[in-house]
Amino acid sequence: MTQNHNSLVEIQNMAFSRGSHVIYEDISLSIPKGKVTAIMGPSGIGKTTLLKLIGGQLTPSKGKVLFDGIDVHQCSRNQLFVLRKRMSMLFQSGALFTDMNVFDNVAFALREHSGLPEAIIRRIVLMKLEAVGLRGAAPLMPTELSGGMQRRAALARAIALEPEIILYDEPFAGQDPISMGVLVKLIRELSDALNLTSVVVSHDVQEVLGIADYVYVLADKRIIAHGTPEELRLADNPQLTQFIGGKPDGPVPFHYPAPDYKKELLSGLD
Amino acid sequence: MLTRKIEVLVGLFLLSGLAAFLILVFNVANVEVKTGDSSYSLHAKFSNIGGLKVRSPVKVGGVVVGRVSAINLDPERLVPIVTLSMDKRYQYFPETSTLSILTSGLLGEQFLGLAPGFMDDDVEMLADGDSIDDTHSALVLEELIGQFLYSAGSKD
Amino acid sequence: MGLINQIAKLGRGAIDLVVGLGSAGMMLWGAIAHRPRVRKGTPLLIKQLYVIGVQSMVIILVSGLFIGMVLALQGYNILVGFGTEESLGPMVALSLLRELGPVITALLFAGRAGSALTAELGLMKSTEQLSSLEMMAIDPLRQIIAPRFWAGVISLPLLALMFTAIGIYGGHIVGVEWKGIDSGAFWSILQSSVEWRQDIVNCIIKSALFAVVVTWIALYRGYNVVPNPEGISRATTQTVVQSSLAVLALDFLLTAMMFGS
Repeated sequence: MTQNHNSLVEIQNMAFSRGSHVIYEDISLSIPKGKVTAIMGPSGIGKTTLLKLIGGQLTPSKGKVLFDGIDVHQCSRNQLFVLRKRMSMLFQSGALFTDMNVFDNVAFALREHSGLPEAIIRRIVLMKLEAVGLRGAAPLMPTELSGGMQRRAALARAIALEPEIILYDEPFAGQDPISMGVLVKLIRELSDALNLTSVVVSHDVQEVLGIADYVYVLADKRIIAHGTPEELRLADNPQLTQFIGGKPDGPVPFHYPAPDYKKELLSGLD
Repeated sequence: MLTRKIEVLVGLFLLSGLAAFLILVFNVANVEVKTGDSSYSLHAKFSNIGGLKVRSPVKVGGVVVGRVSAINLDPERLVPIVTLSMDKRYQYFPETSTLSILTSGLLGEQFLGLAPGFMDDDVEMLADGDSIDDTHSALVLEELIGQFLYSAGSKD
Repeated sequence: MGLINQIAKLGRGAIDLVVGLGSAGMMLWGAIAHRPRVRKGTPLLIKQLYVIGVQSMVIILVSGLFIGMVLALQGYNILVGFGTEESLGPMVALSLLRELGPVITALLFAGRAGSALTAELGLMKSTEQLSSLEMMAIDPLRQIIAPRFWAGVISLPLLALMFTAIGIYGGHIVGVEWKGIDSGAFWSILQSSVEWRQDIVNCIIKSALFAVVVTWIALYRGYNVVPNPEGISRATTQTVVQSSLAVLALDFLLTAMMFGS
């Protein structure tokens, strides 16, 4: 594993299981400051779980998660809340508060944490909404927005407190090509303009390879490959080529494990 | 976030809750704001109190003038002693008054009926801690039936 | 084997129950064991008082009126047979104050506000709004659970008092206005038989305890929902069933303690 002194998040030999179901066996990775790091893998592999482990919402059964050198899971609840003010998460569904309009959603964390006067909060909120192109939608309720716009509003909320890191949970899932393009552009621009550290969890291979500086590929409870997008495109790991090429059969089989086909067909005859 | 309308409605809600409480307390339970100790107690011995309970009313001609505050057993004579808590507004009962255990309706609750006795110059009024001597115990239906059967049987 | 499986199942059920009670208790403790935040907490509480209390008022008042009227009509038909129809007042008032007021209000509250609370929280959980609060370094127990809990605990006793008051008024309508019982007799007998400590205070105590139970169950079910549509619908049903049963069982216990001896 590369020991990067510039890394903001460092995961060391982490294992995690839900009940008897093992999700990660032994994972180590580091997320460099100011870069877009992507974590890819097939569905159901626990990519969202990884983000929740970084955010301290779940506790690993083994190993450590360091955020800026602090072990996230050794923190008290108050210390954890201090850490979380420095991070931000964009949920798959957007997770906008359904009982407030877009403006109040973006202003929410500012009102709770910043202690700034309302006039300044208003200006900050309008700036953030302008950045995602939704200043005009400020008075609308979340339910009046399309899925892509909800995610952009959620992005405005996520950057409201100017965090050091944003964790993106499947930002492209279920988006039409235009919203997808908008989100790709926003993630890249925010990362460059604010010098944000971004972690993108996704299985949309082309979009991710397009914006990521560094990519980790998860499969089989482990990291099976990592490198820059170019390195991954050229790699000859069969699991990787199946995933990146989107081939239906390969090391990840098309068939769910089952008894022998012919035997099962015939066994029903008696 | 909060509209004025919601605040007003919540205010009305809390007020109507309070109003319901006040209606129940003053109109239904008829609580009167009293000052100081407003009752005096009397004692009475019965041979049988039947179904009388603590908090049963004491009535004079149907008007509630007090309530039973305690029921105990006299340790020497082994008969029930009933303590009454009488309303201070009604304290002009002569000591010749009689107290009987009555039943409201055919099958109703039992209560104490106070029948004021005659008044005379040498008859004193009942005061705090006094006893009423002339008492009639509860009619116990089983005993009545037993007496009836006994007297009917002895006629033959 | 069958017997051992049965015993194992029973044991697992018991463990699940204890674990459930434990986590429900921790949730409630985490929500209410804080210094209250007046400036930020009050608007949240007012909003929930509106959603939980004000919006339940119509169903409570209408039900109270009709239940009082039905009670009076049925009671009148029975009492008139004994020639004691004047006792209609205490019959209606005591039934409402001692039992029907707190119990029916709590059952209606479980159906109206409890199920709505569970569904709302379930939706918040499945759309990751609760996780999102966590990640914004805001404790969802304080922000979401606490105001709803307090609003429930404040609203239900008030609703029970309104239910009882309007129910007695309904009894008055049927007994006095319709069946022609003398108004003076109705009220004076009613007043002489209702006692404020025994009846009204106990009514408030009962409904306050029901409020804790119903709101708690609703919040716990919503907070621990399996975050999908099926999970939410199941949790909503569980809220209504479990809180109704809990109210009835608790009512028996409280009645035995208050009026048993």
